[in-house]
Amino acid sequence: MTENKDANQKNESDNQEEVDLSKRQFIKTAGMTTGGIVGGILLGSFISKPFKTEKYEPASEDSHHHGSGSHNTFTEAMQFFTRSEDLLTLAAATEIIFPEDENGPGAIALGAPYYIDKQLASPWGKNTDDYRKRPFLAGESPLNRGDTMLTGLRKLNEVSQSKHNDIFDNLEEDAQIEILQSFEAGEIEMNLVSSAGFFALLRQLILEGCYADPLYGGNKDMEGWRMREFPGAYMSYVDTVEAKEFVKKEPMSLSDHM
Amino acid sequence: MAKKLDKVDVVTVGVGWMGGIVAAELTKAGYKVVGLDKGKEKDIKDYLHTHDEVRYPVRGEGYEKLTNETYTVRNTLEEDARPIRDKSTAVIGEGIGGGGSHWGAQTHRYYPYDFEIRSKTIEKYGEEKIPENMTLQDWGITYDELEPYYDKFEKMAGISGEPDPNYPERSDDYPTPPLKKNRQMLLFEEAVKKMGYNPFVIPAGTLSEQYTNPDGETLNACQYCGFCGSNYCEYGAKADPVMTVIPTAQKTGNFELRTHARVIRVLHENGKAAGVLYEDTRTEQEFEQPADLVVLTSYVFNNVRLLLLSEIGKPYNPEDGTGVIGKNFTDHHGVTSSHGLFDNEKFNNYISTGAYGMAITDYTGDLLDHHDLDFLHGGQIEARITGNAPVANNIVPEGTPQWGKEFKEKSLFYANRFLMIFSQKATLPYREHYLDLDPTYTDANGDPLIRITWDYSDNDKAIHEFIQEKHIEILEEMGATHILAYPMPEHFSGGLAFQHNSGGVIMGEDPETSAVNSYLQTWDIDNLFVCGASAFPHFSCTNPTTTAAALTYRATEGMIEFLKNGGQLVEAKSQKNQV
Repeated sequence: MTENKDANQKNESDNQEEVDLSKRQFIKTAGMTTGGIVGGILLGSFISKPFKTEKYEPASEDSHHHGSGSHNTFTEAMQFFTRSEDLLTLAAATEIIFPEDENGPGAIALGAPYYIDKQLASPWGKNTDDYRKRPFLAGESPLNRGDTMLTGLRKLNEVSQSKHNDIFDNLEEDAQIEILQSFEAGEIEMNLVSSAGFFALLRQLILEGCYADPLYGGNKDMEGWRMREFPGAYMSYVDTVEAKEFVKKEPMSLSDHM
Repeated sequence: MAKKLDKVDVVTVGVGWMGGIVAAELTKAGYKVVGLDKGKEKDIKDYLHTHDEVRYPVRGEGYEKLTNETYTVRNTLEEDARPIRDKSTAVIGEGIGGGGSHWGAQTHRYYPYDFEIRSKTIEKYGEEKIPENMTLQDWGITYDELEPYYDKFEKMAGISGEPDPNYPERSDDYPTPPLKKNRQMLLFEEAVKKMGYNPFVIPAGTLSEQYTNPDGETLNACQYCGFCGSNYCEYGAKADPVMTVIPTAQKTGNFELRTHARVIRVLHENGKAAGVLYEDTRTEQEFEQPADLVVLTSYVFNNVRLLLLSEIGKPYNPEDGTGVIGKNFTDHHGVTSSHGLFDNEKFNNYISTGAYGMAITDYTGDLLDHHDLDFLHGGQIEARITGNAPVANNIVPEGTPQWGKEFKEKSLFYANRFLMIFSQKATLPYREHYLDLDPTYTDANGDPLIRITWDYSDNDKAIHEFIQEKHIEILEEMGATHILAYPMPEHFSGGLAFQHNSGGVIMGEDPETSAVNSYLQTWDIDNLFVCGASAFPHFSCTNPTTTAAALTYRATEGMIEFLKNGGQLVEAKSQKNQV
């Protein structure tokens, strides 16, 4: 961990006006639990990206003091993860796998890390509807999805530490890509689950976090759909089906039908 | 201690398409029918908010939960089978309507060749054309005998379509016209016509216009909304037991539907079925439901499993080929697919229905000469518009990484520039492919799970090679700038992408080689019928429901005849020339 880099990033973050109070509070907490301010700052650098369209208007001076901030982000907290460093590692990996570019936002701005946290906290994350009876044979993982993700994310940091002497989200992009490739190829030895199995779950969850209906907390403001020109939850295309040219439609979500 | 209930005329195990058809026909004929389904009740009110890719196709809402039971899979007799654990990889319908509530609704008929496949193959090529371990059998029925029942199913379901120019004239038109042709279909049609093929719009149970069926049930017009194959239809535009045969049965006043009712055994003594033993899955209270007629209508796996658990019929033995229960199991998920990417086109890929597209059958059945080919039967070629739901459809040119900057860039660019060519292939039966009870894994009650022993055959691989060359030629003719021709997986993984399995309780003329007669009545117990694709001696190229339903419609006539006069409906024949 490099102290100077930490300090620089802290200053940069402090200068960003978009960072709202609730986020600041979270950043401080995150920084403390990761054993230094670094993680918190990096988290700040992603959550401060302008992916909110609706500003939350505080009902009173009081709520402002409580730090509820100018954006409604109540659902952006941890349901599954207990260590914010795990969420930070996840966030860094999501952005490498689905990066922001000239087409539009990346996984972080789309809310994929929080989407994943919520999914892992759900019955699906605990494999509630799956057959779990033992014995698990060679090649089968006895871990549920939540434990698979925790094991994999911690392994990402472990490999980062041993190869580059730093945590995953502090590494240069090229080093992060290289590590993720070795996980994808199944080259990293892991206990009870393969690194390829972890990577496949990670990639699947990131695509979901970018493209699921926004009701689940990802695909912020339908920006994932907008990038692909996917209209989302329309009820009928009967008038468009025979069109010879591409017809671009402003997306709709399930909440539009409530 | 099971609580004994009052006797009824008929009990069905499962209330999906087959159970629904049996319930509708038998209640209309005046019989009292109880339908037992281990899942939940549902109606169109449950369908209104299903435009959700993660909840439906990705997570499998609407598929059976595997918490308490699943099936196990191995590729060869020597291996230990492993259970399929992930619910989303086991597409088995849940609740009333079963898979019929969220099917793609592709509704081809099987071909005349299929029903007499062994005789016709020997007639044309000699017996040596059939590999020694391929247990190819005639079905004990002909296409012409089944044709009226295809027509009956199509009219009940309101199928939209146009005739396939390659196959025999239909006794009547499809009840509704084909779906509208979009840009991709027109491109395909133009290309394959130029190549000398005979394209037609895929017949579908997503209706092109509003339709009222002969039972008085109304289905609405498809809206091409793009959330179809794994979704319920909020418009009531998809043929679904919940919208058709189940309400038809309920209107008679003769149908009692019991949900959360999981059948554990078929009860029988002295060669006669007494009824079924079931449990309420919420209370675990057991009930005995006596009936004059017991009908198993609970998908291939459960039909076979219940017979084996109830010790009905002789279990199949793959070592010597004797016995019948579990025999000729086939899996039909080994599809051949290829993507064409079109740099200079932009399609409205988000618009689709469950079985939207055009097809050609020029390489199916025995329409092609097999003298110089190393396979039997063949595959259909379809241009399938399956939608571009964004979690599952990220198509990029060959050599592109599956994540990162380039992946994002290309997957966005091609989201509306891809088109899929898809082949469903005939899957023929082998001596060593079968179903039995797993020696290790059990359900929550301690009963063994059903075990699949199955793998891709040389015939499957040869059809794949042959048909994929045709895909490439068609995509080239259509002007694709990149062609992705996906290889077949080396081995069957056990995952089901849709609900296409068959065999295990196969029909035929000879009790030595089949489990049921052409009315799907078991040879061993006169008052026990087993309906569904479990009766198929092999899997033809296309989707199973239409043929399973036609056989079931015919079977209901047999059931009524049986309830009136009793006895075996078909005289058994011994066929030494059958395997």
